[in-house]
Amino acid sequence: MKTRHTLTVLAALVSVAAAPVPPAELALFNHVTWGATDSGLAQMRAMGTERWLQWQLHPTPKDTLPPAAQAQIDAMAISHRPLTQLVTDLQARQKAANQMADPAEKQVAQKSYQEAMNDTARQAAARDILRDLYSPAQLQERMTWFWFNHFNVHQYKSDIRPMLGDYIDTAIRPHVLGKFRDLVMATLQHPAMLRYLDNAASDAAHVNENEARELMELHTMGVGSGYTQQDVQELARILTGVGIDTNAQNPNLPLRLLPQLIRNGLFEYNPGRHDFHDKTFLGHVIAGRGFEEVQEAVDILCHEPATAQHIALQLATYFMDDAPPAPLVDQMAAAFTRSDGDIASVMNVLVHAPGFATAQKFKDPVRYVLSAVRLAYDQHVILNTQPIQGWLNRLAEGLYNHETPDGYSLISTAWTGPGQLATRFEVARQIGFGSAGLFRPPVAGSTDQPGFPTLENALFFSTTRAELTPPTRTALDQAMSPQEWNMLFLSSPDFMY
Amino acid sequence: MNRRTLLAGLTALAPMTVAGRVWAAPKADARLLVVFLRGAYDAVNIVAPVGADFYHQSRPILGLAKPGEAPNATLALEGDWGLHPALHDTLYLLWQRKELAFIPFAGTDDLTRSHFETQDTIEMGQPVQGSRSYNSGFMGRLAGVLTQSRPIAFTDQLPLIFHGKSGDAEARHAGIPNTGIASVGKPAVDDRQVQLILSMYKGNSLEQAVREGFQVRDDVYRSVAEEMTAANRGAASPRGFELSARRIGKLMREQYNLGFVDIGGWDTHVNQGSATGYLADRIGELGRGLAGFAEEIGPDTWRNTAVVVISEFGRTFRENGDRGTDHGHGSVYWAMGGAIRGGRMAGPQVKIEQATLFQNRDLPVLTDYRAMFGGLLQKLYGLSAAQLQTVFPQAAPQDLALV
Repeated sequence: MKTRHTLTVLAALVSVAAAPVPPAELALFNHVTWGATDSGLAQMRAMGTERWLQWQLHPTPKDTLPPAAQAQIDAMAISHRPLTQLVTDLQARQKAANQMADPAEKQVAQKSYQEAMNDTARQAAARDILRDLYSPAQLQERMTWFWFNHFNVHQYKSDIRPMLGDYIDTAIRPHVLGKFRDLVMATLQHPAMLRYLDNAASDAAHVNENEARELMELHTMGVGSGYTQQDVQELARILTGVGIDTNAQNPNLPLRLLPQLIRNGLFEYNPGRHDFHDKTFLGHVIAGRGFEEVQEAVDILCHEPATAQHIALQLATYFMDDAPPAPLVDQMAAAFTRSDGDIASVMNVLVHAPGFATAQKFKDPVRYVLSAVRLAYDQHVILNTQPIQGWLNRLAEGLYNHETPDGYSLISTAWTGPGQLATRFEVARQIGFGSAGLFRPPVAGSTDQPGFPTLENALFFSTTRAELTPPTRTALDQAMSPQEWNMLFLSSPDFMY
Repeated sequence: MNRRTLLAGLTALAPMTVAGRVWAAPKADARLLVVFLRGAYDAVNIVAPVGADFYHQSRPILGLAKPGEAPNATLALEGDWGLHPALHDTLYLLWQRKELAFIPFAGTDDLTRSHFETQDTIEMGQPVQGSRSYNSGFMGRLAGVLTQSRPIAFTDQLPLIFHGKSGDAEARHAGIPNTGIASVGKPAVDDRQVQLILSMYKGNSLEQAVREGFQVRDDVYRSVAEEMTAANRGAASPRGFELSARRIGKLMREQYNLGFVDIGGWDTHVNQGSATGYLADRIGELGRGLAGFAEEIGPDTWRNTAVVVISEFGRTFRENGDRGTDHGHGSVYWAMGGAIRGGRMAGPQVKIEQATLFQNRDLPVLTDYRAMFGGLLQKLYGLSAAQLQTVFPQAAPQDLALV
């Protein structure tokens, strides 16, 4: 895709946005992206819907962020410090803090260590949010959130915080529209997942089943799809030795096992911890021989019909409907199988499905907040993502903040509780009433740069206004200020889907 | 219509409708608050088997003294058991009033010793074997079988324990409210804006939830505003968990009858302290909180109240090399309230010595949490066997005579 050309065309076509956008196109754009913007819609309309969809399904590295957003990412420590360095430096800092004799000094040092850990997670969140708001490859960013949630890790377990940026950038994001098997292998081997699901602590003598269970139950086949506890145990034995090593030195191994040792950054397959017996997994006999067993098991899992069905259902539930039509899920599963687990092929079926664009899916908090900020500021790049991180936490869908491996619920009713709606209206007020700290750079002594949410914008006048439900229109007419108008618009049922 | 008349109108509605359910007068019914100590509290240094020599051998540094044997010794309970001295002015008074029982050797059959895993296990309340649903927690199912429940989670996120998507519970509990309770700010959306927002949802499927949401928000804020007025009259203002627990007490007196709250900070691998120190401070705060809850809910309501304190597992019976303790198995649960037959240790016990430790490291589990809750709920609410099976599938209730 010739993005450069597209952008040039876009610049010439901004005025087109004043013409009404057909509601079906607006709806499609809303379902594929993190929310409508004037500029994004103009781009889709300039390209034509089908070309635009194919581009979204097959993004290229040329789909760059606006310089003002990219500069913020470039300035982050996580952008230029490799994972191994981040983690080992922080470990050393923790060790030094723990060894301090003076209790008061120790407390200060431990606090500052925790703060440094938190900072790495905040950077990862800021980077994700900037990409979500401004990347032209919008579907890629939504898929990144979806797959992170599918292969969820919780930031506050152990030393996962400094691993988040790398987990997203190396294990998740490169594969979100690629082969599902690559995604499974990459997340499985990443230190963040090995730490989170305790496989780093599993060896032949003390098998930990956590990762094996979730790999089958959540990541691939899905719960209740026919595998047994025996399969979980066998997979756990297959996974023994897959772990983390923060030492520069290799582990002590008998000479015969040394050639099997695999190290890659913090990842380590330690044959000395592996159970070399043969295993029977999902009816297949797997010869005990080392790391190849893991690849064989993942192949088996990815080719299970239950996996195709499970992944298809999850995608359709997230992007379309709490209860997506069964024939559509079957078609998506068939595309998964036919394409050897090519996620873009599965999504291609979904985005072309009748009823996809017009589905009424209640926005979860992440989609709600991001769509509000995108609509309010379009390409006027925010300077601080902290308010957004705060809103998401307040709305109970903070980034990397779900403790359990199942990830946040993809079902609307998880977010429509009374207390949650009341909080959402408070957040609507904050977003609507002013720049809310989004244009105050996150450094000491900085001041607010100009910025005001413009929700009553060209898109509103050209298209949205005509689509409003009568009660919403009546309420908006009673707004006593632009701020209140914004709050009401963001609180309206019309903006919730 | 301003908000005052709106609220008056809402309170005048009887029976009250919340999330599509019809409530009888909620004042007369039982209250249940479940308190989850996340991180696995070191049970045997709070409810300590100080009469057992093996306890002192296992904990030469951390161990607490027998009642009367040191200035800061444990408080006599029953048999070998002594209570942590930090609870002297709070929970020990409840024990003496026979409103507090301890259930030693309590826990789960989850042997992962993983915090996350075992917390999930307890919250789901489903059999460990077999496939489990993260969409269904046992308090969610309980709320579904109780026709007069007004459930609420005093947490920022809706916890797994209140997920309620199983069978008919799903239909009735599309949304259990949750509200953070530690920091309650003045709502910024004002009365007129509330009315405008409500007008936009008229006839929408979310109308009832939106209406209830504003009401929960106002209930909570009104409680907090009253508490601020009280503080201005010179009362010492409570902090931390005590502040939260007192707020919960008020809200459960007036509005809600099925509550959940969690408290973290119990994962004491290092330097946990003994009669004083980190854990003593934490447990003292918890004690002040629960005593404050009892005070705020008021003597009339307290008579029908049960508070159950649980934790995912116990910690190693022996102290480790870092003056702390590691992940273990059996714990000690607490049950308190005017509805509780207290002043005693409830459930089966075993003499504590090396031979009786589970895997030679932890307290064994003799009372399963599902059996314990089952027995308690059966008496508290008069649940049928079928209803109990909905709440705790494939678990038999065990009557520890707590109610």
